[in-house]
Amino acid sequence: MTATPRLTRDDVAHVANLARLTLTDDELDAFTGQLADVLDHAADLEALDLDDVSPMANPFPLVNVLRADEPGHDDVRAEILAAAPSVEDGQFRVPPVLGEAP
Amino acid sequence: MSARSTAAAVRAGERSARSVVEEHLAVIDSHEGEIHAFNLVLADEALTRADDLDRRIADGEDPGPLAGVPVALKDNLCTRGIDTTCGSRILEGWRPPYDATVVERLAGAGAVVIGKTNLDEFAMGSSTENSAFGPTRNPLDTSRVPGGSSGGSAAAVAAGFAPLALGSDTGGSIRQPAALCGTVGVKPTYGRVSRYGLVAFGSSLDQIGPFANSVEDAALLLEVIGGHDPRDSTSIPEASPDLLGGLEQGVEGLRIGLISELMGGPDQAASVEGIADDVRARVEQAAEALAAAGATVEHASVPSTIYGLSAYYLIAPAEASSNLARFDGVRFGLRVDADTAAEMNTATRTAGFGDEVKRRIMLGTYALSAGYYDAYYGKSQKVRTLIQQDFARAYESFDLLLSPTAPTTAFPLGDKTGDPMLMYLNDVCTIPSNLAGHPSMSVPFGSGDDGLPVGVQVLAPALAEATMFRAAAVLEEAAP
Repeated sequence: MTATPRLTRDDVAHVANLARLTLTDDELDAFTGQLADVLDHAADLEALDLDDVSPMANPFPLVNVLRADEPGHDDVRAEILAAAPSVEDGQFRVPPVLGEAP
Repeated sequence: MSARSTAAAVRAGERSARSVVEEHLAVIDSHEGEIHAFNLVLADEALTRADDLDRRIADGEDPGPLAGVPVALKDNLCTRGIDTTCGSRILEGWRPPYDATVVERLAGAGAVVIGKTNLDEFAMGSSTENSAFGPTRNPLDTSRVPGGSSGGSAAAVAAGFAPLALGSDTGGSIRQPAALCGTVGVKPTYGRVSRYGLVAFGSSLDQIGPFANSVEDAALLLEVIGGHDPRDSTSIPEASPDLLGGLEQGVEGLRIGLISELMGGPDQAASVEGIADDVRARVEQAAEALAAAGATVEHASVPSTIYGLSAYYLIAPAEASSNLARFDGVRFGLRVDADTAAEMNTATRTAGFGDEVKRRIMLGTYALSAGYYDAYYGKSQKVRTLIQQDFARAYESFDLLLSPTAPTTAFPLGDKTGDPMLMYLNDVCTIPSNLAGHPSMSVPFGSGDDGLPVGVQVLAPALAEATMFRAAAVLEEAAP
């Protein structure tokens, strides 16, 4: 990745924000060095000529898998809601997504 | 006593399932304090289950090929109504509403789940030091790590807590701890074992597989858990392979290649670094043993395997960053309250994930982000194709391949925790099989200079587990 500059503290702060993580200043310093080490190691891939190689997302060709359309009854709603941190009227309760709390 | 003979005795009514379970619970009572293999020991549940099996046997029923055999489950396999933590604070107290397919199959075979084993958080690590619930120690030397991420399962089998255990292997997480604890560990072909109910890490790499104290017991367990499952869209639509039937066939006439690039010796021009001399010597000795048993053994070249580590540590984090987005404090596990949903998501993830998980999530997010996708994730996916092509070429000349499982024997706790890249190098020999989707397994073969076990890795092409197990059985027999 010769064209790619070494990972910076700002890059890590940006990525942490995208990943919904808050880092302290000390963590930001430590993670920046550690992640840059991994990316530096990956620079060995630069040696490869990959222009004519197709990318592989899965070991075997993926095909659409369909099941028989048979009606069934598999009601685990109560169990799923029981495992949630907060529930109201049979639904997951979360803090306001937009605007003020009601 | 092996799992196979225990099950035979229980099925024949020669010994009770309760006595088998009590015996193992007693070993756990004596030694679990120093090992910490388990996040949860299911003593009461196991005894209740054993009594039920004994009643059924008394009534003339046959519970199946694992009747009364205790099995330890890695704590990232969902068990209905029983805590499944993934070694993470973010799932502490969560009880899944369903069983993983492998858990159902164990139940259908008469096995007894004896506990949930410790792991690196979300299976990310090579030493089981990344668990939020403290490290597991190697039963053979408690100052050393058991390997990881399935270190609890490997330790449970090595310590005699259970004759069988299940782990998951994304880049070596079954084979490497098996090698470090002196047990057999198998990563099956991708799609051979259903991933339904395995908490996802790297979905295109993850595979569940067995730990055992013998090749035969590992074969028995894989036969039980393998085979098509309509609930996993990547499940291979074939029945579970017959492994026990061919176990005694030997390796006469098989062509076996020693992978030059994974031996790290001074003679090898392009090879991975860090393979210890004592490990290499054992693998060479294993190759000689296979030759003595009638196989044709030669050096094989799989050139792009040396790029596996770099590709893996971009692909697996990329998939993990996507898979772990679901832990947002809404539907399960931990929630840290805040004024808005976005702040709650961030506060929950920040408090709930450990450092290694945060590192991988950020690395993966970066590798997938605008401007870097082609340079990192896209390039790694192409390397994956190269590795699969190189393996395909090697398998034109060879039936099986051979390499070390791990570069060294078990290392001291704390040795590599400060340097993630150093820790990642543990996976250098195991990663290529995950990237290609191929099966491979670790078989104990003597010890290193420090007296700790060395594992030899047997690699096979997709779906060739039966041939792989034949070579493993020969190595087990010949092991010094």
